[in-house]
Amino acid sequence: MESTEPAPPTREGASADLDGCVELLGKLLPEESLITDRQRVRTYECDGLASYRTVPAAVVLPENAEQVRSAVAACSEHGVPFVARGSGTGLSAGALPRSDGVLIVTSKMRRILELDIANERAVVEPGVVNLDVTKAAAPHGYYFAPDPSSQQVCSVGGNVAENSGGAHCLKYGFTTNHVLAAQVVTADGELVELGGAAHDAPGYDLLGSFIGSEGTLGVVTSITVRLLRSPESVRTLLAGFPSTDEAGAAVSAMIAAGVTPAAVEMMDALSITAAEQAVRCGYPEGAGAVLVVELDGPRPEVERTFTEVWQHCDEHGAFEIRTAADETERALIWKGRKSAFAAVGRISRDYIVQDGVIPRTALPEVLRRIAELSAESGVRVANVFHAGDGNLHPLVLFDGSEPGAAERAEEVSGAILELCVEQGGSITGEHGVGADKVRYMGRMFTAEDLDVMQCVRCAFDPAGLCNPGKVFPTPRLCGEAPGRRRGVHPLTEAGLAEQF
Amino acid sequence: MSTAAEETALNALCGALGDEWVTESSEADRVGARRPKWVVHADGTERASAALRIAAEHGMSVVPRGGGSKLDRGESPERVDLLLDLSAADEVVEHAAGDLVVRAEAGAPLREVQRTVAAAGQQLSVEDPHPAATLGGVIATRSAGPCRHLHGGVRDLIIGITVVCADGTVASSGGKVVKNVAGYDLGKLFTGSYGTLGVVTEAIFRLHPLAEERRWVAVTLPDPRAAAEAARLLRISRAMPTAVELDRPAGRAPITVCAELEGRSGVTRERAAELASSLGEELGQTCEVSGTAPEWWGRLPGEPGTGTGIRMASRPADLAELLEGAGRVEDETGVELQLRGAAGLGVLDGWVPDGSPDESVAALVEGVRARAAALDGYTTVSRAPENVKRLVDVWGPVPSGALALMRRTKDQFDPERRLAPGRFVGGL
Ligand SMILES: Cc1cc2nc3c(=O)[nH]c(=O)nc-3n(C[C@H](O)[C@H](O)[C@H](O)COP(=O)(O)OP(=O)(O)OC[C@H]3O[C@@H](n4cnc5c(N)ncnc54)[C@H](O)[C@@H]3O)c2cc1C
Repeated sequence: MESTEPAPPTREGASADLDGCVELLGKLLPEESLITDRQRVRTYECDGLASYRTVPAAVVLPENAEQVRSAVAACSEHGVPFVARGSGTGLSAGALPRSDGVLIVTSKMRRILELDIANERAVVEPGVVNLDVTKAAAPHGYYFAPDPSSQQVCSVGGNVAENSGGAHCLKYGFTTNHVLAAQVVTADGELVELGGAAHDAPGYDLLGSFIGSEGTLGVVTSITVRLLRSPESVRTLLAGFPSTDEAGAAVSAMIAAGVTPAAVEMMDALSITAAEQAVRCGYPEGAGAVLVVELDGPRPEVERTFTEVWQHCDEHGAFEIRTAADETERALIWKGRKSAFAAVGRISRDYIVQDGVIPRTALPEVLRRIAELSAESGVRVANVFHAGDGNLHPLVLFDGSEPGAAERAEEVSGAILELCVEQGGSITGEHGVGADKVRYMGRMFTAEDLDVMQCVRCAFDPAGLCNPGKVFPTPRLCGEAPGRRRGVHPLTEAGLAEQF
Repeated sequence: MSTAAEETALNALCGALGDEWVTESSEADRVGARRPKWVVHADGTERASAALRIAAEHGMSVVPRGGGSKLDRGESPERVDLLLDLSAADEVVEHAAGDLVVRAEAGAPLREVQRTVAAAGQQLSVEDPHPAATLGGVIATRSAGPCRHLHGGVRDLIIGITVVCADGTVASSGGKVVKNVAGYDLGKLFTGSYGTLGVVTEAIFRLHPLAEERRWVAVTLPDPRAAAEAARLLRISRAMPTAVELDRPAGRAPITVCAELEGRSGVTRERAAELASSLGEELGQTCEVSGTAPEWWGRLPGEPGTGTGIRMASRPADLAELLEGAGRVEDETGVELQLRGAAGLGVLDGWVPDGSPDESVAALVEGVRARAAALDGYTTVSRAPENVKRLVDVWGPVPSGALALMRRTKDQFDPERRLAPGRFVGGL
């Protein structure tokens, strides 16, 4: 199925010369780095959110920063939109190609350029797989902290674009907290260094703006990441509770007592059932909720706080608590949690992975409301989430072969996002806005908010060629002052853009 | 501005804001070498927005002020018509203790915020050497203290921001949840922007629990190489120090390197003793453990409000070269620095008392800058008498590609160049 929605226009859509651009790319790049064959480009029609598909006009596979630069320059010269793509694991259709544009894939840029242990950092190409950074650093006692569940395949370039995090970002933060510098190609084909070798260099924090911009401000061609010292001690615990209420109360008690776990993950009864069927993780029988809590750091601190965490779980109704004695047992505890998304496939033909955030303290209320939504609509929802920071991943289950089921699931999934916004949360904690959640941006932000954010976009990409149609519902005309626009956007008036 | 235009502008301001919110300026309101015409007070986003709208209509330039502790930072702006004082916007709006989040107005003093959150056993992991510092100023000037080492800087802790743009438009980004990737991150962009992109009126920060116990492990060494080695050992230690600082008092005295440990009571003290003994063994020196911070901890070197302060930085592993380079420039110029700062990050503050010839101080700045640049680092002037500022570039060079993007960013946010024009890097 190809996307039926018309692609939003770039600001200079009319003057685009796709053929000229592809011809130029052919001259600039090695033969094997340019693909135009319809069958082969189709491989790239979607990312991890396969319900959105568009076949790109051309795909380029640059081998180095200079080739990325010349590819972008060619697009810029011919007014052709371009989209960057790493491993294509994104879950918001951020790397969804344009049928009138070029897809720049970084899979040939997989070199770790420098491992600078003395300065606790590494310089990597954007296509380097997240986990490979840790693998390279591990022999020296270091690791790369951002740990999205997709870390065995996703690229560091994609992590930068999405500001990805993982279970351990509760304590250690997201990609943005672990990048010291980046080399990027801006939409006009310039190579620019953002950030620097020394900390806190003067100037605007353009690196901070770039990270998390979902590929709309340029293509990153190298990244200097921080490496963290691997912790002296790691302790992991699994606790079974009668319900999510008790599990949530245990988390609240830990936070109130001043414990900062490295990770706190929760699963509800339905997701436990799914995980059990899929991987036989042997979680406590009859649990209405399980918590996985991990602590790391200097040994004496970890031992002390681990005892406290155990007590908090015990006092808040945990009927079974297991601790991992070694790495094997730790892996077993994590197995159920890590397989949760895929496991849901065992109990449902189709499902939507939602990603919303609420203030952690609103958890009991929100879970109750989700249960109500589920009961009213007859759509089952399994809950897996990062309980420490309120990042929910409700899995909305449906059977696509049943007429109307997909639509009902979509409705429930959307209602959950509304709930997140209503509670003062966010429409996305880690998967990004991409093309998928553009329509919800107006729920979280005012037109002025979005306009002012796009000032940054206009500074980096005035022609709007870089991943257009993602993140922002309405492109901003770069000449105008923020907030000045009143009434209908000129592009909407011209019938070129839909105002969501 | 002509006298007639001035009068019209003043009337418009008073009309929109109310007479009591607009006052004549005094000498104390100077922004570097410039004295603004008027001081406008704002008690929140709405009044700040009204002030900026009138400023836009009348082509007035604006510099925001919080506690006023760092108005002498940066280059003197080319012009300042209005000083927009936010000290009346000082509410700590919401402390969601269970969510480890605080939301406050820009004029709220940092120590008030700390007092509020400490009541629930929490802290905002940002420090500022100046007691009057407000959140807005902390963001705009990117304040940092020792715990920047573990917790990151303002940019790493800010999760939401509300700003007023040059034309009065109010915009927010982020929100009150720590994990959030919706939209661009304006909080980071405004951090360290010195009021040149817009006026910060509110911010939301993530918090950390207060430690039950704190210990400081210190060692004093005469040689910069040995001090750098001590800093390195502390930095890579699995004891996870909250901070690794150094202090080199006047007269090129021996260097004290000190790490802070935080954690649970009883346990932290054990860890500190262990760290001190292992460090002592490696260095062949005695290391002290103390239950109180050294008196210089978290303070800038030198007498506040006097002399010339600079900041120099390199990669952390080049700390020895940074220190030795500074020593050589001291020899060349005959000007001596007091040095202090984040040894674990490779960021040091230096200070020269008033009294040395301006030219020698300027030569010191240029000399240190050249040596830091050779290490891919930088040197900025944090404060200096006007006579010294005239002789040096306060910010130093910024790589041309990044500077061009910064200029384009400034053009987008402040196309008429009315927000602290010329105060920031590259004349932005
Ligand atoms: C099973 C599964 C589990 C996941 N778990 C997590 C999780 O725990 N946490 C989390 O945060 N995410 C998670 N994700 C989402 C996804 O893996 C991350 O967003 C990841 O960072 C995307 O990396 P990628 O290389 O696949 O990027 P892609 O999907 O290829 O691209 C993602 C975005 O980045 C842009 N981009 C890619 N490369 C560049 C570049 N060089 N320069 C500029 N922009 C670029 C693209 O244009 C697109 O907008 C998961 C996904 C799956 C499928």
